Amino acid sequence: MDALMNFGQGIFGGAWPAVWTLIKIVLIVAPLMLGVAYLTYFERKVIGFMQVRIGPNRVGPWGLIQPIADGLKLLLKEIIVPSGSSKAVFVIAPMLAIAPALAAWAVIPFTDTLVLANIDASLLYILAITSMGVYGVILSGWASNSKYAFLGAMRSAAQMVSYEIAMGFALITVLMIAGTLNFIDIVEGQNKGMFADMGLGFLSWNWLPLLPMFLVYLISGTAELNRAPFDIAEGESEIVAGFHVEYSGMAFALFFLAEYANMILVAALTSILFLGGWLSPVGFLPDGIWWMFAKMSFVLFLFLWFRATFPRYRYDLLMRLGWKVFLPLCFFWVIIVGAWMISPLNIWN
Amino acid sequence: MDFQTAVFFFLSAILVFAALRVITARNPVYAALHLMLAFFTTGGLWLMLQAEFLGIALIVVYVGAVMVLFLFVVMMLDINIDRIREGFWRYLPLGAVLGLVMVLEMGLVLGSKYFQVPISEVVVPAGVSNTKEIGALLVTDYVFPFELAAVILLVGMIAAVVLTFRGRKASKISNPNTQVFVKAKDRVRVLQMPVEKD
Repeated sequence: MDALMNFGQGIFGGAWPAVWTLIKIVLIVAPLMLGVAYLTYFERKVIGFMQVRIGPNRVGPWGLIQPIADGLKLLLKEIIVPSGSSKAVFVIAPMLAIAPALAAWAVIPFTDTLVLANIDASLLYILAITSMGVYGVILSGWASNSKYAFLGAMRSAAQMVSYEIAMGFALITVLMIAGTLNFIDIVEGQNKGMFADMGLGFLSWNWLPLLPMFLVYLISGTAELNRAPFDIAEGESEIVAGFHVEYSGMAFALFFLAEYANMILVAALTSILFLGGWLSPVGFLPDGIWWMFAKMSFVLFLFLWFRATFPRYRYDLLMRLGWKVFLPLCFFWVIIVGAWMISPLNIWN
Repeated sequence: MDFQTAVFFFLSAILVFAALRVITARNPVYAALHLMLAFFTTGGLWLMLQAEFLGIALIVVYVGAVMVLFLFVVMMLDINIDRIREGFWRYLPLGAVLGLVMVLEMGLVLGSKYFQVPISEVVVPAGVSNTKEIGALLVTDYVFPFELAAVILLVGMIAAVVLTFRGRKASKISNPNTQVFVKAKDRVRVLQMPVEKD
């Protein structure tokens, strides 16, 4: 590592820190994009097996080249800009969708040392960046000058704003017991307690003491991602494809990439905040990045499982769940956790 | 010119441009979008002042929540631009006075050295998390103003609900229990009609 640093310093001189950061960004984004490609393959295979089908199996062995073929197809297709659309916004909207999905990865730690930017307010940064994702959806719906796209955008905006609150409250409970906004400290904080000392680390992670909030976070996360059963923003049976009806080719692909990159992001956040990140579940196995990836894959599998299992929620039920069930539950649980923390039964000191 | 100054001028240029477009854009959606850009760059400028909590909070609150609702409303409106232009000359004097006051206030802040206003020159030591500091201040020194602000917000929220509440609609709840026990003859009346011949 030092040799590499010295080598880079020799070649680029003063610009080396910037170049090194760029290299790190590429090292995060390139595997992320590959992950997105193979997440679609994983999704089609998993849902295929759950529905007693085979899934993609024509391109390459076991259909492994399928996502690459799909990507190439989308690259080569024409981007059609509808007449009467607001052209500048129509083009900017997919960029606004994908930019936050990628920018959020800047503060995600993969192990206690492997992180692009270890900043104090990482959690706040994530909240700020992910709250921008809704603009891509709203603007694409508005700029398309199409009824279906506009309806999809309206639905999606209302849904994302509603569930962001529940999600934020779930994060607040994590903040309360961790006492820090830094992801690395939040993960390290889950590595202590009675069960961790007994070598049963997975019982001391946040998911167990904060079980209701973990469920709220997971469900609101699914809703934030516009994934089934909360995919009313797309709602094929009602509004064709929702906000991205008018998009084709690479512009559509950007929305697609953003959705799947966000899925992986929420999986990573769930692992970090509730499932102990890179910590090993049992004492006799070493901690490491593979645990992080295993937990992320598990959460991603949950998203696919939901999609194959539940029918789409009705719009009014969705709003009811967000505002009348999750929000009061969150308020209540924040008070419970607060009382728990000042009581003698506090387990987080 | 060091890197920080360059970033500052870059962000300021975007901010000034975006702020100008907010008031000059003909389409209200474009105006709202530029306002969003202005908030975002302001967040960046605050980050440069090492006020990371305020900078990020600005983006979370204004860009992430307020502007979404704003855009939501603006997108639904069918605004006739000529009608808005009509009042331009009538409101110009008032606007000019307000603008002048704002320029004066900003001048006082920026030129505080020349006007003998005591300037705060706090140097933030490294390793101090200003999220924690702000939180501690809010619940110690400023606890009453903080709670007062919370109460005012609550009152505003209730006021908004009361203002838009138009009374309960006639209930349309259906009871599945009674639905299941319905017989055909409760719903459909079979009429015997003689065949019409002409």
